[in-house]
Amino acid sequence: MSGITPQIVAEHGFSPEEYERVLHAMGREPNMTELGIFSVMWSEHCSYKSSKIHLMKLPTTGPQVICGPGENAGVVDIGDGQAAIFKMESHNHPSYIEPYQGAATGVGGILRDVFTMGARPIANMNALRFGRPDHPKMRHLISGVVRGIGGYGNCVGVPTVGGEVNFHPAYDGNILVNAMTVGIADTDKIFYSAASGVGNSIVYVGSKTGRDGIHGATMASADFGEDSEAKRPTVQVGDPFTEKLLIEACLELMASDAIVAIQDMGAAGLTSSSVEMASKGGVGLLLNMDAVPQRETGMTAYEMMLSESQERMLMVLKPGREDFAEAIFRKWDLDFAVIGEVTDTGRMVLTHHGETVCDIPLAPLADDAPLYDRPAASKEEYKAWANVQPLGDIPESTDIAADLLKLMASPDIASRRWIWEQYDHMVGADTVQRPGGDAAVVRVHGSQKGIAISTDCTPRYCYADPYEGGKQAIAECYRNLSAVGSTPLAVTNCLNFANPQRPEIMAQLTGCLEGMGDACRALDFPIVSGNVSLYNESKATGGGSAILPTPAIGGIGLLADVDNMATVAFKAEGEAIWLIGGEGTHLGQSIWLREIQGQEHGSAPSVDLAKERANGDLVRSLVKSGTLTAVHDVADGGLTVTIAEMALAGGIGAELSITLNTATAFGEDQARYVVTAAVGTDIPGATQIGMTGGQSVTGIPLADLRAAHEGFFPALMGSDAALA
Amino acid sequence: MKTAVIVFPGSNCDRDLAVAIETITGTAPVMLWHGETELPAGLGLIALPGGFSYGDYLRSGAMSARSSIMRAVVDAAGRGVPVLGICNGFQVLTEAGLLPGALMRNAGINFVCRDVALTVDNSQSIFTSRYDAGEAITIPVAHHDGNYFADDATLDRIEGEGRVAFRYAEAVNGSARNIAGVISDGGNVLGMMPHPERMIEAAHGGDDGRRLFEGLLEAVA
Repeated sequence: MSGITPQIVAEHGFSPEEYERVLHAMGREPNMTELGIFSVMWSEHCSYKSSKIHLMKLPTTGPQVICGPGENAGVVDIGDGQAAIFKMESHNHPSYIEPYQGAATGVGGILRDVFTMGARPIANMNALRFGRPDHPKMRHLISGVVRGIGGYGNCVGVPTVGGEVNFHPAYDGNILVNAMTVGIADTDKIFYSAASGVGNSIVYVGSKTGRDGIHGATMASADFGEDSEAKRPTVQVGDPFTEKLLIEACLELMASDAIVAIQDMGAAGLTSSSVEMASKGGVGLLLNMDAVPQRETGMTAYEMMLSESQERMLMVLKPGREDFAEAIFRKWDLDFAVIGEVTDTGRMVLTHHGETVCDIPLAPLADDAPLYDRPAASKEEYKAWANVQPLGDIPESTDIAADLLKLMASPDIASRRWIWEQYDHMVGADTVQRPGGDAAVVRVHGSQKGIAISTDCTPRYCYADPYEGGKQAIAECYRNLSAVGSTPLAVTNCLNFANPQRPEIMAQLTGCLEGMGDACRALDFPIVSGNVSLYNESKATGGGSAILPTPAIGGIGLLADVDNMATVAFKAEGEAIWLIGGEGTHLGQSIWLREIQGQEHGSAPSVDLAKERANGDLVRSLVKSGTLTAVHDVADGGLTVTIAEMALAGGIGAELSITLNTATAFGEDQARYVVTAAVGTDIPGATQIGMTGGQSVTGIPLADLRAAHEGFFPALMGSDAALA
Repeated sequence: MKTAVIVFPGSNCDRDLAVAIETITGTAPVMLWHGETELPAGLGLIALPGGFSYGDYLRSGAMSARSSIMRAVVDAAGRGVPVLGICNGFQVLTEAGLLPGALMRNAGINFVCRDVALTVDNSQSIFTSRYDAGEAITIPVAHHDGNYFADDATLDRIEGEGRVAFRYAEAVNGSARNIAGVISDGGNVLGMMPHPERMIEAAHGGDDGRRLFEGLLEAVA
């Protein structure tokens, strides 16, 4: 009677085999509502069906870990009865279709993942990938994404303290917008999502449900076609004002003992939140669709269950606490509705207009979800497919200074000031290291402790060598956190890849994860939360073009005392400049090779994890002892770019005594730092390479370096410097 | 000094302002919800914080200016109680008619968050007594609608009456005559776009905002 045709099955993203599993799980043909629920729960976005068996190999434990992957966000101990709660998540496809709202709701979603666990959000970060700067669509996308991130974060009053941005033609038709939130909670006030207590009320709070975002999770699980514009209605609209109220109301209620379990409604909205809460608690649910607060009239159960309206939460309350909770949400002008109860049936039953419109056994919905061990290309097959040319003979740089000036103005190295000045990065008055350094540092309110945060990934390395690239993403994050003096605690990852049904893409995924796993183990830097975004490829720019493999990493570190923190800026003239980790040798996949020679050739730099750890330990101990006056890790562009950035930040030049050739100037060997210290200080195992002083670097005046470095974004986006 | 910070739905600098006030005056302010109708007796300062009250979905500050607590604030201002509005608080004060002019969208269209150089225009007010006239200070801004506008007659009048507290010393948002902070004709109400509460200790990168609160404490105590 429900008339589920093969076409309807296909429209819900099921293969014929997957639909067979649905029939088996149900024991009968599903109706439309039931099919819709299976569709979103078994989408790649919610089920991790292509990545799960590989994710399970990642290290997720450690003495600092309170809660690893599987909850809304990861939780680590930061001492004094406090925990940091954090996660990074993608909002790629919506941001390409509608950049402002896509990025804004990405921020809103990740904020909810963090405060739903009881944490007050203290910082937002992001990791963005755009296509060619001169792509006709790119200014629109950059502008929309940056305004969307700022528009949401600024309004909710959570500082956006940093991030990273890359440009590459591989993202022309499929940009990446990854947003991260870090929050702080008391360890005895952490909230989880497992529903329990038969008869307990299930409560809906926040905004009303509309028809927006239906099938967002399914959209995020398919390739982009030519018709991406037509999918604009599947993008949700954010309301940061309501989110701000929701944060305050939830935290106010969380200070009491009224909540049994709580979960935000993210991708797949009411469906995934209710199913996950029930599955984790091993209970059943009875929900009355008539009680769901609705923004529009005539909504069906199907629409309500699949809506991705924003700023909504679901919770299970202790018996008798409904009135107490309702008063708090009413004070904050938010909807509050008891929409059902916990049952012992093990089934999700929905009623609407007095009829049962859905009756799904929850165990098979969770347990029978498809799980794929998709074929992956071998290392040799991948190499042949990726077609990365060997480095071969490359000419020496004929003018190191001119090349440096060019690199400072290049898209991947140029100053991101145009972006971060659109983010309120100071609200909270605890941002003690602002954007532009190696890691942002936010003070834990009311204490001297600081949380250092960095997002990292070098996609071109990951493409050339997925294993080394995966290692490098973790190692660079570890290095950035160490550079400010913090002890790296744990990471979240946001795994952006193309279509996993292609063996070469699976080789990227498995290679990167293997590298990440090895690096995390070697550095005691476990992964406590994450997100997978697959099918990031677009036919819009001409034929199945896949993004570069982009396993973005968001890491946090702990500083015992923010007064004891390093920054990149040179502090005084006449200080010694030291290089830790040895001279540069590796030019394969370097920014210099790409920007100056126009080549993306050679192998990615390999990461010596033992060296990475030893050098990180050294830098941290030297920061702690107050020996160093400035620290900056050596990354994109190599040694000269590192020194130029330190000089610009401090307004003091450098006189270098090291012999500069192409490799020492621009090589991107790993595990390296440039530090400064008072003359006469010995830095064990390091090489002194010069002195601070003057107003130039490699002979280029700081004013010229600054003009090059600061010029790129205003020139691309239209400057706001000229206003009166 | 007994102080109050008004909290509107969507205020987000209320805690920062309260921390600054407590740090400098030694006493935590009373936090007053917008739905209240009365102020506590004996207030030496009423402070309106930054943020996005009501999401700035209508004109910035327009909704909050009509909240019940604002009637009490307007009455108190009329009696000479010092009132300080920062950022969104400044917008609320103009919308409530306590200060002349309006705050429009930044001339550069984008939100702008950074340290800016200011000049102290008038050091004779209760808010600026700890600064020197003409002194250069640095205080951050973070706003989308900070472009101060008033007609020329009004601008001439407030300048003539010494009611410009701070001016931008660089291009920031297109404000008329670079005005960053305005004082009421009674001298007891200040609205300013820059955030002094974000610049009160070394960890903030400076403490040029501190003397505003110190001066108030001295003037009121």
